[in-house]
Amino acid sequence: MNEILTTREVVKSFGKLQALRGVSLAVGKGELHGLIGPNGSGKSTLLKCIVGAETTSGGTITFDGMDVTRVPPDQRARLGMCLKFQVTSILPALSVYDNVLLAVQRNGSLGQLLRSSTRRALRPEVTTLLEAVNLADRASVLAQELSHGQQQWLEIAMAISQRPSLLLLDEPTAGMNREERRATGDLLERLARGTSMVIVEHDLDFVRRMCTRITVLEQGEVIAEGSASEIEQNENVKGAFIGRR
Amino acid sequence: MINPRGLRARIRVIPLLEVVAAVAFVLVPAFHSGFATDFAGRLIVLGLLALSFDLAWGYTGILSFGQALFFGAGGYAAALVATRLDVTSVFLALPISVVAGAVFSFAAALLLLMGKRPPTVIFVALGTLAGSFAAETLAAGWNAIGAANGIPSVPYLTIHGAQLRGVPFYYVILGLAAVIYIGSRLLVRSQLGLVLAGIRQQEARLLYLGYSIQRVKALVFVFSGAIAGLSGALFVFHAGYASPEILGVLLSTKTVFYVFFGGVGALIGSIYGVAIVEICGNILSQAYPNVWPVLLGAILLLVVMFRPSGLIGLVVPLAERVGSFGGRDGNGKGPRENAQAGR
Repeated sequence: MNEILTTREVVKSFGKLQALRGVSLAVGKGELHGLIGPNGSGKSTLLKCIVGAETTSGGTITFDGMDVTRVPPDQRARLGMCLKFQVTSILPALSVYDNVLLAVQRNGSLGQLLRSSTRRALRPEVTTLLEAVNLADRASVLAQELSHGQQQWLEIAMAISQRPSLLLLDEPTAGMNREERRATGDLLERLARGTSMVIVEHDLDFVRRMCTRITVLEQGEVIAEGSASEIEQNENVKGAFIGRR
Repeated sequence: MINPRGLRARIRVIPLLEVVAAVAFVLVPAFHSGFATDFAGRLIVLGLLALSFDLAWGYTGILSFGQALFFGAGGYAAALVATRLDVTSVFLALPISVVAGAVFSFAAALLLLMGKRPPTVIFVALGTLAGSFAAETLAAGWNAIGAANGIPSVPYLTIHGAQLRGVPFYYVILGLAAVIYIGSRLLVRSQLGLVLAGIRQQEARLLYLGYSIQRVKALVFVFSGAIAGLSGALFVFHAGYASPEILGVLLSTKTVFYVFFGGVGALIGSIYGVAIVEICGNILSQAYPNVWPVLLGAILLLVVMFRPSGLIGLVVPLAERVGSFGGRDGNGKGPRENAQAGR
């Protein structure tokens, strides 16, 4: 088996609204998979269903060969799944350093955490991660004082620190300027090499640069899948995007 | 390498407040006033109860509106073993009350916190409130534990056969409170304390980092229940009786008030909250018995509306209340961007 993630006919309903109408998706090990589509097409909902933030109304989700459809989100995270949320969800009143420490110390037992026995040992790892996302000189600042782009990088550092086998990124460059978007791409290429990723993004240049395969969602359904050039030629995709403009 | 201690404010207020409180409590018996010593002992006992609530709510986001349930469980356990089994040794009676508080809070944690999905704050608040109300009602109607009259004439606590009363008993209470306070402080400043700080800010985020939030919450809740149980026993030995009110809604609500008034999420705030409310209450309730309850209610309303972080928020900046968890072995000066967050 070469797939790290498979969704089969995933359905998600909010009352009468069907946000996902039988979405099937396969992400190979080490693959960088783009997920694009107009606003409201179900991209973020699909990511939330994958990590367990939303329960599915139908279909199955398989992660590394294991059916995780009903597995709680904390267990999915421990299995190796990590989501960077669309809305930046760092811990604002903790320092930048403590945000990363919180992510890095996750594997410690309750006893270790109570005794603070890994605090010193984890310092090099936290430092390395902060240096990698260019936040080392901001380590002692409260996370809420970072710029938007820096907060996104902090969250990426927290996600990568988990050494996930699948990293789900919901609009990692939202609100960033061109230079920051380029730096984010470099960052992901450098830090998450070998990690499978699903990237939801509106910036098609970024998706083109990062992803080897792309899935297009429209109104909760998959309307196209393939390489960037295949997607660009797809009539359904042209219709979906042009129809919205 | 980064020195995460840089976050620490240059002047730290919390240790100052702790030293002032400790010195004040140590010196009370020097005034040779039986009333003052007795009153200060009561403040310490209620301070422990408030501290147990702050651990649950201020640090872990569990709105335990029935903290008196665990206080009363410890109190009744101590009163029962002292009067029925003649167990008054400090080394037996107090551990029994700690276990009683822990058992009751564990049962509450199983029912309220350990469901399939994380419970809402309101669910836990109503659940604990209902538990406190039910326990008070049950105790008031249960003849085997004295019904509405409770258990009177609880004997003095003893140590190696010698009765503890007056100043020696006061210092035993103070010593135990100091141990509990230091233990709680170590807990909230540990790496587990960092997890608690995370839970308080963004519980869902920690879930997706892979933390078993409910287990962590249950652990702290049981610890807080055990502290409440111990304070309940100290209250009973201090007052000489146990009555259904020590399990009830009024005391539970007052506990919430102490902490909201003094300062949520800063252990020392609970102690100051109890001291200020009780001292003001003692003075004003004698001078203006009809005005004081109204004034108390108005003060709570103002604090909740305008100073949600409580009185402690007036003097301790957010950065110090939250604290830094990076460690104590830094290598010199921290980065210059030391956060001096607003109060």
